[in-house]
Amino acid sequence: MTLRPAYIAGVAETPLGEVWDHSELSMAAVAAHEALTEAGLTFADVDALFTNYMGEEGTVQLGEYLGIMPRYADSTDLGGAAFEAFVHHAVAAIHAGRCEVALIAYASRQRTRRSRRMTRESDNSSLSAQFELSYGLPGPLGHYALIASRHMHQFGTTSDQLAEIAVAARSWAAKNPKAWSRDPITVDDVLASRLICDPLHRLDACLVTDGGGAAVVTTAERARDAAKRAVRVLGVGESQTHWSIAQMPDLTVTAGAVSGREAFSMAGITPADVDVLEPYDSFTITVLLALEDLGFCAKGEGGAFVENGRLAPGGALPALTSGGGLSYNHPGAFGLLLLVEAVRQLRGEAGERQVPGARIAVAHGVGGLMSTASTVVLGHD
Amino acid sequence: MTEHDLDGLPGDPTTAPFWRAAREHRLIVQRCATCGAHQFYPRPFCLRCFGLALDWVEASGRATVYAKTTVRIPVIDELPPPYVVAIVTLDEGPRLTTNLVGDEPEIGDRVSVAWRERRDLPPLPVFQRLVGDGGRQSAS
Repeated sequence: MTLRPAYIAGVAETPLGEVWDHSELSMAAVAAHEALTEAGLTFADVDALFTNYMGEEGTVQLGEYLGIMPRYADSTDLGGAAFEAFVHHAVAAIHAGRCEVALIAYASRQRTRRSRRMTRESDNSSLSAQFELSYGLPGPLGHYALIASRHMHQFGTTSDQLAEIAVAARSWAAKNPKAWSRDPITVDDVLASRLICDPLHRLDACLVTDGGGAAVVTTAERARDAAKRAVRVLGVGESQTHWSIAQMPDLTVTAGAVSGREAFSMAGITPADVDVLEPYDSFTITVLLALEDLGFCAKGEGGAFVENGRLAPGGALPALTSGGGLSYNHPGAFGLLLLVEAVRQLRGEAGERQVPGARIAVAHGVGGLMSTASTVVLGHD
Repeated sequence: MTEHDLDGLPGDPTTAPFWRAAREHRLIVQRCATCGAHQFYPRPFCLRCFGLALDWVEASGRATVYAKTTVRIPVIDELPPPYVVAIVTLDEGPRLTTNLVGDEPEIGDRVSVAWRERRDLPPLPVFQRLVGDGGRQSAS
């Protein structure tokens, strides 16, 4: 059976950084309006709605605000990986004839609201409260620190190697006028920043900013009036492994091993075909494990792989090209902005940070407590 | 079992046996009566073989450090930073999140259970360097 190809026909960022003149809903609306306009569509065309963290009933409040009564709705909570998974679900729904124009939108004011917390368990009978929080494990930072400690022990990965990832992100951010942190940093700067949970330093961890975005997934027919070239969804995949960190079967193998295999297999590509990679960078270790699990290098070799600026501008594998969650923007759930950057790279509109001739881009979301992963392969027809 | 029966335990009927044993400084885990696999935290089925017959058994209390981090930011009132959070692998197989106390063990080191008393809650199993068991084991 030949399935109708699906496309991302419009993308947009919400206002970014510190946003004082908007609500989360109005931020998402502004981005959704811009993304739909790019796609040559309006809110009246949307028949599928995808969001997360936009109120206790997810798409219900956002749908009301946007004036959308969708025939397909999805508020799946996969943390920061929700948004690549939404592309997966939207493509499946389009293939099944359950929708034609899917809008994915998200916004957060976690910075101006000061809503970020190291602990989020209010129910002291939850498994996490009983068996993790009692020991003072801060989520998600402590979970990622434990993972980094295991990778270092098992494979000899070093703090210098993790720092290379933060340096690469910052060097891309210097080329992105919308990035929050643009001043250059060195490996030594990362190592000199405060240790917060060994082996992770302050500069191994992402920003806390306001932000969000929108993306429109649709068919070639519905994208015919698009203002810009629609980008084809070539492959999608998702998976999850655990919530309690002690339940993760192997701390050095993430759900990305499955989501990547699914997405790359569907797209019929290998890592060597990828021109630009947008890996979720909640922490530097998140990127290192993604590189291994997606097959850019063998398990355990991520540390050596990122050395000598391989991910940085001019490196062999351009990655984190927006500056990432480490230096550009991290609105609590960063996955949608990975898609925005991947689409802009493939359209050749990334300005000073454009990867020349990019034809295949991968957005790889990671969410929760290194719990979830979802991968989207994008390209041209 | 009603909530009332939990009698000061953390409020989860499925884990109440674990916390009751903790009051007696006994570390217990589930063992599948069908396949013999141990598991933790407790569930009403065996993760390995799908069996429904699970027994609580006392663990040896011996474990190997699998991963660890020193937390340098304040998280909960009871634990002023810095302190060490670790994942240990019990000799019976299951892993649990815990604190390492005393002379600080490294990843791969052998450890044994100790108990931290808590106000209003059952004692918490923590781990310390195991003495008299050959000490450091190869990384596992």
